[in-house]
Amino acid sequence: MNTICRTIRCTLFSAARQSSQFNGLQSSRNNTTVTLIPGDGIGPEISKSVQEIFEAAKVPIEWEIVDVTPVRYPDGKYGIPTKAIESFLKNKIGLKGPLATPIGKGHRSLNLEIRKVFSLYANVRPCRSIEGYQTLYDDVDVVTIRENTEGEYSGIEHEIVPGVVQSIKLITEPASRRVAEYAFNYAKANGRKIVTAVHKANIMRLSDGLFLQCCREAAENHPEIKYKEMYLDTVCLNMVQDPSQFDVLVMPNLYGDILSDLCAGLVGGLGLTPSGNIGKDGAVFESVHGTAPDIAGQDKANPTALLLSAVMMLRHMNLPDHANNIQSACLSVIKEGKMLTADLGGSAKCSEFTKEICSRLG
Amino acid sequence: MANSMTRIVSALLNSSKGAEKLLTSRLIHSTSPVYNADVKENYIKCTLIPGDGVGPELCQAVKEVLAAMQTPVVFEEMFLSEVNPTMSVPLEQAINSIHKNKIALKGILSTPFSSLSGELQSLNMKIRRQLDLFANVVHVKSLNGIPTRHKNLDFITIREQTEGEYSALEHESVPGVIECMKIITEAKSRRIAKFAFDYATKHGRKKVTAVHKANIMKLSDGLFLKCCEETAQLYPSIKFDSMIIDNTCMQLVSHPHKFDVLVMPNLYGNIIDNLASGLVGGAGVVPGASYSSDCVIYEPGARHTFGQAVGKNIANPTAMILCATKMLWHVNLHSYARRLTDALEKVINSGKSKTRDMGGYASTTDFTRAVISNISFE
Repeated sequence: MNTICRTIRCTLFSAARQSSQFNGLQSSRNNTTVTLIPGDGIGPEISKSVQEIFEAAKVPIEWEIVDVTPVRYPDGKYGIPTKAIESFLKNKIGLKGPLATPIGKGHRSLNLEIRKVFSLYANVRPCRSIEGYQTLYDDVDVVTIRENTEGEYSGIEHEIVPGVVQSIKLITEPASRRVAEYAFNYAKANGRKIVTAVHKANIMRLSDGLFLQCCREAAENHPEIKYKEMYLDTVCLNMVQDPSQFDVLVMPNLYGDILSDLCAGLVGGLGLTPSGNIGKDGAVFESVHGTAPDIAGQDKANPTALLLSAVMMLRHMNLPDHANNIQSACLSVIKEGKMLTADLGGSAKCSEFTKEICSRLG
Repeated sequence: MANSMTRIVSALLNSSKGAEKLLTSRLIHSTSPVYNADVKENYIKCTLIPGDGVGPELCQAVKEVLAAMQTPVVFEEMFLSEVNPTMSVPLEQAINSIHKNKIALKGILSTPFSSLSGELQSLNMKIRRQLDLFANVVHVKSLNGIPTRHKNLDFITIREQTEGEYSALEHESVPGVIECMKIITEAKSRRIAKFAFDYATKHGRKKVTAVHKANIMKLSDGLFLKCCEETAQLYPSIKFDSMIIDNTCMQLVSHPHKFDVLVMPNLYGNIIDNLASGLVGGAGVVPGASYSSDCVIYEPGARHTFGQAVGKNIANPTAMILCATKMLWHVNLHSYARRLTDALEKVINSGKSKTRDMGGYASTTDFTRAVISNISFE
């Protein structure tokens, strides 16, 4: 019996791997279970807000809340409890609030741990101008897709002789191909038209050259999506002048890190931009802003980034109707501008903002 | 055209006036060649590398403007290019000329994805390495009359440009796996940090911000940051802080006024230079300079050849003209520099002659003529 179960599990896993489509566990009430890490600081408040809105929208999801307070491992280092990891492994999908980075050595980074467990290879950050929150840029609708496992963040560094440090940027064909393929699939699934590969192959001719080669091959497999290549510096220059010319951008790790934050800056900061991490075996959606300890527990936080991340998660889980319902309710509240949290220039509390969104759900 | 020709001719004939100015205005602190009575007609010699793309058109504009002002500068022009190797002079010739003249005006050299010889180093890298042009300085300043989203920006980016990601050390360790080295050394990090603080001191700036990614690249960017921190202690009158590169980009597009002088390793410099140029009107309006310990190359701050505009006479010569004014300041032709800057600002401010990137339809030639006709003659 046990072996049969395992075989089924295995087939499920490999199916998920092949299609890279969500294939999670379903509970007795036919609901999908999602692991939720509320996070630190303002995390619990905004997570509660998201839960309330999901409840009101009758989304067929059950939350499994896990605690990630570091525990001591047998090797003496601290890390997240194995229970949390098991929950992720079981559910294959998660939502995560902001986590405070533990200061001092001997800690395993939670982000890194989760990234490894799931082999989360792509970080997706859609940035869109939000009506009702005026910035200098009102025509942004860009999605950055960043390779998340190698590149400049390979962590291979050493001091060759005193005063000379060498840091290695690692670009591999499988990883580049995987993220390129994902970018085109994402573009197709989300009705996007153009995928632009961002690179610096004029300077790093071999490494970025390989990345480009993989993107070109993926482009050939998806002729219905237009493919372009652009230098990182040109993208930066054009992005701040006319962001409307960009659609989906795909790039190696460091460039993605820089461009995704740049784009977030265009639309009003990290408090409004959602983020998703896509992996071979699962996906984790998160808000990328800080824990804001100064306003924690005061019911002042803005849950928009986490809520929009949760909406991304619903799309990933193939629940587009619920996603659209919640997204339009949230955006209409911001557009109207009557019930805004302090960071958007209003005076509403987090709970009031949440209630207002709930009242507008279709 | 005939008009500008007469001006050039008269500039060549009327040399004594310029030489007088040259003598009276020369100061001690300058890395320009020492005044030498034997130099033909007492002109200052400057290497001119027009570059690829619209470079030659822009350099033509600069030559016309300087000739119209009868500037005592003579250009040693040579075509250097990596994408047109057959037409290019040998690199040594350009290097020697810059070595000798100590100053150069340069358009942008375009860098192909791969060189014919399979070399990893680009021509730009070779020039910087061979002349040891370690510091690239871009003065990002809003110009009145250019439509931008952010107003009144005025900050400086200083970029180390001889090591870091631009080391051209790459190899395929096994098929499908490429390693690309980024090299950060203590000596060069200290040198650029000192340059940044000296620059800030000399130009009356208040704060230096080191841009890095030391949270991820703990050793390499960590070393750079450490060198900046230690150098900062020697300059107590200048404030110092540090910022992570992704946050810097986010702050630059949302709150760019908080920056004063930024100092950073190579690749981040490339990113920030371009981003910042975008904030004040694009690649056509921002000048830059690359310094070694004894020579300077003036070139546009955002390096784009604008290849699609070649021959269309639509490129904006502002960046190149501003480079020329900086060159004139450097060789102590202050009155020329000031008059040229004034003329250029007048043209941009009046909004009567606007190139495409400024939202108008004036040609490069129209714009250049407008600048020439606005030059005041003392």
